[in-house]
Amino acid sequence: MSEPKRLIVEGLSIEFAGQSVVRDLSFTLEPGKTLALVGESGSGKSVTARSLIGLAGEGARVTARRLSYAGRDLLALSERGWRDLRGREIGFVLQDALVSLDPLRPVGKEILEVLQTHGWGDRVSRGQRVIELLETVGVPDPRLRARQRPDQLSGGLRQRALIASALALSPGLVIADEPTTALDATVQAQILGVLQQIRQRGDSLLIISHDLAVVAQLADEVLVLRHGEVVEQGPIEQVLRNPRHAYTRSLLDAVPAEHARGTRLSSAQSGSSVQARAGADAPVLLKATGLGKRYVGPDQQARQVVDGVSFELRAGRTLGIVGESGSGKTTVARIVLGLLEPDAGAVQFLNVPWTGAGSGRVEEKTRRLHRRDISVIYQDPLSSFDPRWSVGQILADALDVAGIAFEQQRARIAQLLHEVRLPVELSTRRPLQLSGGQRQRVAIARAIASNPKVIICDEPVSALDVSVQAQVLDLLADLQASLGLAYLFISHDLGVIRHVSDEVLVMRHGKVVETAPVETLFDSPQHEYTRRLLGAVPRLPGAGATRVVPPVEPESAVLLFDESRLWKIAI
Amino acid sequence: MTDTASSNGLTNALGNNPEADPEAGSANPRRERLRRLGKRALWRLAGGILVLWAVATLTFFALRLMPGDPVLAILGGPSGNPTAETIAEATREYGLDKPLAVQYGLYLGRLVQGDLGMSYSQHLPVTRVLAEQSWPTLELTFTSLALAWLLVLALTVLTAGRRRWVSTLASLAETVSAALPHFWLGILLLAVFAFGLRLFPPAGSDGWRTLVLPSLALAIPLAGFIAQVTRESLDLTLEQPFVLTARTRGLSDLNVRFKHALRHAVLPGISLSGWAIGALISGAVVIEVIFSRKGLGRQLYQAVQAQDLPLTIGISLVVAAGYVLANVLVDLLYQWVDPRQQENP
Repeated sequence: MSEPKRLIVEGLSIEFAGQSVVRDLSFTLEPGKTLALVGESGSGKSVTARSLIGLAGEGARVTARRLSYAGRDLLALSERGWRDLRGREIGFVLQDALVSLDPLRPVGKEILEVLQTHGWGDRVSRGQRVIELLETVGVPDPRLRARQRPDQLSGGLRQRALIASALALSPGLVIADEPTTALDATVQAQILGVLQQIRQRGDSLLIISHDLAVVAQLADEVLVLRHGEVVEQGPIEQVLRNPRHAYTRSLLDAVPAEHARGTRLSSAQSGSSVQARAGADAPVLLKATGLGKRYVGPDQQARQVVDGVSFELRAGRTLGIVGESGSGKTTVARIVLGLLEPDAGAVQFLNVPWTGAGSGRVEEKTRRLHRRDISVIYQDPLSSFDPRWSVGQILADALDVAGIAFEQQRARIAQLLHEVRLPVELSTRRPLQLSGGQRQRVAIARAIASNPKVIICDEPVSALDVSVQAQVLDLLADLQASLGLAYLFISHDLGVIRHVSDEVLVMRHGKVVETAPVETLFDSPQHEYTRRLLGAVPRLPGAGATRVVPPVEPESAVLLFDESRLWKIAI
Repeated sequence: MTDTASSNGLTNALGNNPEADPEAGSANPRRERLRRLGKRALWRLAGGILVLWAVATLTFFALRLMPGDPVLAILGGPSGNPTAETIAEATREYGLDKPLAVQYGLYLGRLVQGDLGMSYSQHLPVTRVLAEQSWPTLELTFTSLALAWLLVLALTVLTAGRRRWVSTLASLAETVSAALPHFWLGILLLAVFAFGLRLFPPAGSDGWRTLVLPSLALAIPLAGFIAQVTRESLDLTLEQPFVLTARTRGLSDLNVRFKHALRHAVLPGISLSGWAIGALISGAVVIEVIFSRKGLGRQLYQAVQAQDLPLTIGISLVVAAGYVLANVLVDLLYQWVDPRQQENP
């Protein structure tokens, strides 16, 4: 064991059925250092990480001039040898613990499994180690949490538990594949803090992400991958300050938090501004007063999911709603869409009652008259499309609802696709054959098909890579200018919210904690919670923020509350 | 289900958790779980009583609607040639002269007291016939179900997600066996293993050797059917991220399949098993006749032919009760395997 725990990769190439996905990758990871692999989805970063523990997948052909860890030749390992290495010497953390931990088992058992598999300790000491590990990663009340399943824990807690299982045997190298993607900004900052601990212990970390701002806080060195090839490689400061490759440049540009409102994010016309927007005196389209909604949870306890929420949305403007998951953002969206009846308050749309509680109740039949004036874009367009329909059929369906005659639909579909910058040929494709960005464009085309006045955007870019996200945000800005749309824009990402909004509403535990014009909110946040949210946004060094990761603090608020679940119950 | 030893290890080491958990609503999640399961079982059983009442009512009226005079059936069928006096006496004795509604009321009253009457054709109390004939059928049904699951697990866990030709071959075998009719398979098994190889007796219902061929005849088509569903679900599960996580911990392939994937994959199969009990009982009618076994299936066949009202009703009730019970068990098993279900009652 005197051999230093150094990972050496030389000339790594990976093929699937003759198709090359990674070409000639080389790097060395010294003990105690952190290396980041950065690139968009499909750049080959995940499969590279998996090949390092011999799990590149079925049908993968992995070749390399040299692949060694701690002096051992990985290429010569048998399956038995790989198994011995996995978990013991190399820990692996995947994205989204909700599906990366066995959903039917308590998290404690998952951590226990690593210890058992490698024959660590005895029954009693293993149980103690599980508790100890959960404490190390900042899980409060670990005895109880160890017995709960991932779906009973908040996103931050279960991601911590997943990391704990990777750290169980104190491996010298931890590989983390998008460990913070899909987490709220504050939780993300905490998880990055947990990963920071690995560095401090003197172990090495290989972190994989599509987001340069995230890795900037941890990495010593960066490798930028594109289409399976390294386009840039070097110390983090050098890559961030002085990117040599255009692709790295475009990744940096795409980070919305770094760009003021009204500028373009995608590299095509970086820096050029979009047209001016409607003023703060534009007519009010949508007016919500005192909205409230309660749910009775599985434990028979009522939870106030939305509490006294009021706002106004004016024509041609964007109102951002920001908050962590469970803050009630999506419930507000569903009430405003008239899909969910509030328990208190009312919504006026186009100066007529739209939905409300008690005597303010409005029949769906009445709403139907104005349904075409309001539409919605979801986070995951794939699940909001019928997978058997082509893009043309999806749009034709929306046009039917909007009352467009069949003969005119063909021309209108072409026009819609043009408006969202998609080629007309795409109309024969099915959603599964499209990329994530293309799908979201189709979703946007469907949303504008009926010439609405208001679009509710519920986390529309949260599932997209930064560079694709930039293009979609630009498209939304263009459409707002050309069609005069008003957006109710919901996101947990403050960077995105800052970039798109005119006014911002900060929500927490169902209540509005602060509402202000975007500049005011970001320049002088009044509420303590807003300040905390702002502090958690990952920034690129040099953009005014110092490279500080908050210390590991135990998760304060434990949310057992999952909006997506209530959604199902409510229907 | 997968590793009780490790679960005990964890629980022992963790000790009994003294602090109350505000979110779970109980200090002990396990006790809370059992309480919920028990409550659910009671509700399902209450529903089952309704089902039994419906079965009793339906059989009663359905048999009355059948052509033919029940009195003649009581007195030995059309060939009995009874006198007018005997007919009148029997009509009175069995209460057949009263209005249908009254007959129905009396019938329900006796049923509640557990009196199922006398079998017309066998001149024995129905309860005695049932007591004698239920066990062989129960034995056959549960052996078949257990055998079917054994085949399913062996076939799917070992072959799902393997090389393409292995899974293609296995899945072909499943499709073919799912399509096999019971009676044909029964006759084939008789011809090969009883008459040809003389490995098992061709008829009878004593000892485990007589059970092998009939339960195989029932189990093979069922196994093919359940395996198709289980394979698909196993294939899906093996693609899940948590399976990859388990592999990154150094688990062997077999361990990944048995400790993680299987638990997810059996869920649809468990749901199907409730239905399968019903299918097995109706399959038993044919199989018991072919293998000349004692059992409810054969009795039911004969009782319907003889228009033996009390016996038909008795058998229907026992079959329905078995079906209800099996479904309650399947439901509880499902909840136990997938505890997430309990939070959305």
